[in-house]
Amino acid sequence: MFRKIKNGAFLALSLIATLTGLACLAAILWTLISHGVAGLSGRIFTQMTPPPGGQGGLLNAIYGSGVMTLLGILIGSPVGVLAGTYLAEYGKNSRLSVAIRFINDVLLSAPSIVIGLFVYEIIVVRMGHFSAVAGALALAILAIPVTLRTTEDMLNLVPVGMKDSSAALGAYPWRTILSVLYPAARSGIVTGLLLAIARISGETAPLLFTSLNNQFWSTNLNAPMANLPVVIFQFALSPYKDWQDLAWAGALIITVTILILSISARVLLALLQTERGAGR
Amino acid sequence: MPGPSYFGATRSETDIVAIIDPGHAAKQLIFERIFRSATFIAAILVLLILGGVAVSLLRGAWPALSHFGFGFVTREIWNPVTDQFGALAPIYGTVVTSLIAMLIAVPTGFGIALFLTELCPPLLKRPIGVAVELLAAVPSIIFGIWGLFVLAPVLQRHVQPWLIRNLGDIPAVGHLFKGPPYGIGILTAGVVLAIMVLPFIAATMRDVFDTVPPMLKESGYGLGATTWEVIWNVVVPHSRVGIVGGVMLGLGRALGETMAVTFVIGNAHRISSSLLAPGTTISSAIANEFTEAVGDLYTSSLIALGLLLFLITFTVIALAQAMLRRLERRTGAVA
Repeated sequence: MFRKIKNGAFLALSLIATLTGLACLAAILWTLISHGVAGLSGRIFTQMTPPPGGQGGLLNAIYGSGVMTLLGILIGSPVGVLAGTYLAEYGKNSRLSVAIRFINDVLLSAPSIVIGLFVYEIIVVRMGHFSAVAGALALAILAIPVTLRTTEDMLNLVPVGMKDSSAALGAYPWRTILSVLYPAARSGIVTGLLLAIARISGETAPLLFTSLNNQFWSTNLNAPMANLPVVIFQFALSPYKDWQDLAWAGALIITVTILILSISARVLLALLQTERGAGR
Repeated sequence: MPGPSYFGATRSETDIVAIIDPGHAAKQLIFERIFRSATFIAAILVLLILGGVAVSLLRGAWPALSHFGFGFVTREIWNPVTDQFGALAPIYGTVVTSLIAMLIAVPTGFGIALFLTELCPPLLKRPIGVAVELLAAVPSIIFGIWGLFVLAPVLQRHVQPWLIRNLGDIPAVGHLFKGPPYGIGILTAGVVLAIMVLPFIAATMRDVFDTVPPMLKESGYGLGATTWEVIWNVVVPHSRVGIVGGVMLGLGRALGETMAVTFVIGNAHRISSSLLAPGTTISSAIANEFTEAVGDLYTSSLIALGLLLFLITFTVIALAQAMLRRLERRTGAVA
């Protein structure tokens, strides 16, 4: 009898734990929607960030976030994909690969603020000023481990028979990788890219001392550029109601974007798995 | 299992191509070298980044470290006006907030993992799993703004007065719950961190629980054990290494988390015996002060904080990875 009660008690606790976790997600989403929708208006997408007390939108911040995220992915993902290719195909069991795999997993959960300091030291200090390029580079460094990991995992899932047939036709490895392995692992690699975009588009800490912020519209990559996360940080902590409303609207935009990216990555992966399952 | 290298085995076929069409083969070989070097350089770049982070932080931190010596990590003072800097308060804040986070998140994460692997109806397993993982995708600044505007007022109005009333007068423990309920402070930061790392811990534990062979569990049930007894006596011992690895991975996240903490910690460079008082952490001190820091020693001290954070989190994460890898090798499954 005691054992049954104990069993029931612990199982009930685990149910409560799960409900707590789900409640947190629901609470955060609810707050974002209720506060964010109030601040959402056409102005958000057409006007610049305002001075305190004035009216305005988030256009320059949205543009800046888009540009830096895009640049970050363009710089980071080729490195991640190529390095993942090396680990999966060329240096599979070498000691170097084991070390790189380990370091990559460490970088995957390394604090992003440290990466920001690193880019500050090597770029901002040298150039003497904050710039969008530095921000993009910090984001690129954060994107590398995500794309590397998924690329390697996805290449390992390609059936060995496909590699063998390509090699039997006399193709060199580079040809096999580009013409057979990449197409076969395409949706998996795209999933990795989506996850990387989701990861870096919400990053705030590394942008604080690389790209900083800019109250005005700027397309100059060599100058500080506005971006959503830092604007949210600055506006949310300000005492002005208008700024706080804008911060909530920005938070809603960022979260919705990231959730859409993460969900599409998952859907893509699920499709991939059913495809594989049916193919066999 | 070190099998024969796949590309080594194809030497003979490519050799045949070389005999049939030497010009084609030469061109192919050049492309091969270029591509192979490109992938190799990309892979080496990962090592270089980590090395670069360590070296550049050390260089940036050097003025502060050489000026203050070992005292930098043992002194509580943080005074930009007199150029006196010590890291003890941020270190204390980082460790205590992470501990609070772990105290809350580990049992909860364990419960979620347990629910997902043992109790959950199969139909709900995926949606709930995905929901927990989506919580992990929410950027940390969102947790910060939510913590400041929603969680902190709730804690200030309801939880903290209760703690002060009921626990504040107990000897020894009471010191932790003294003072006015500010809302923001060490405790609030710990709670926000707990919510942030919860999905990581839950997801890792779930994956680790899934690696337990069903036969072991069935044997437990066959002996008449209850679900809880099977979990406690079969699943947990079998996945011990993975559980610890997952917990440490979460700890690594908590230690280095910046934005979520910066919003709710209060940014006060002092060590207070009360958990309800404002404090600071390594990462939030850097985030708050770096762009405003004037003077080389001030900037350098902040970078030295970054170096400390890097060393601490690197050690924790490396240990976590080593443990998860050990489990992976043992079970042969991807954990």
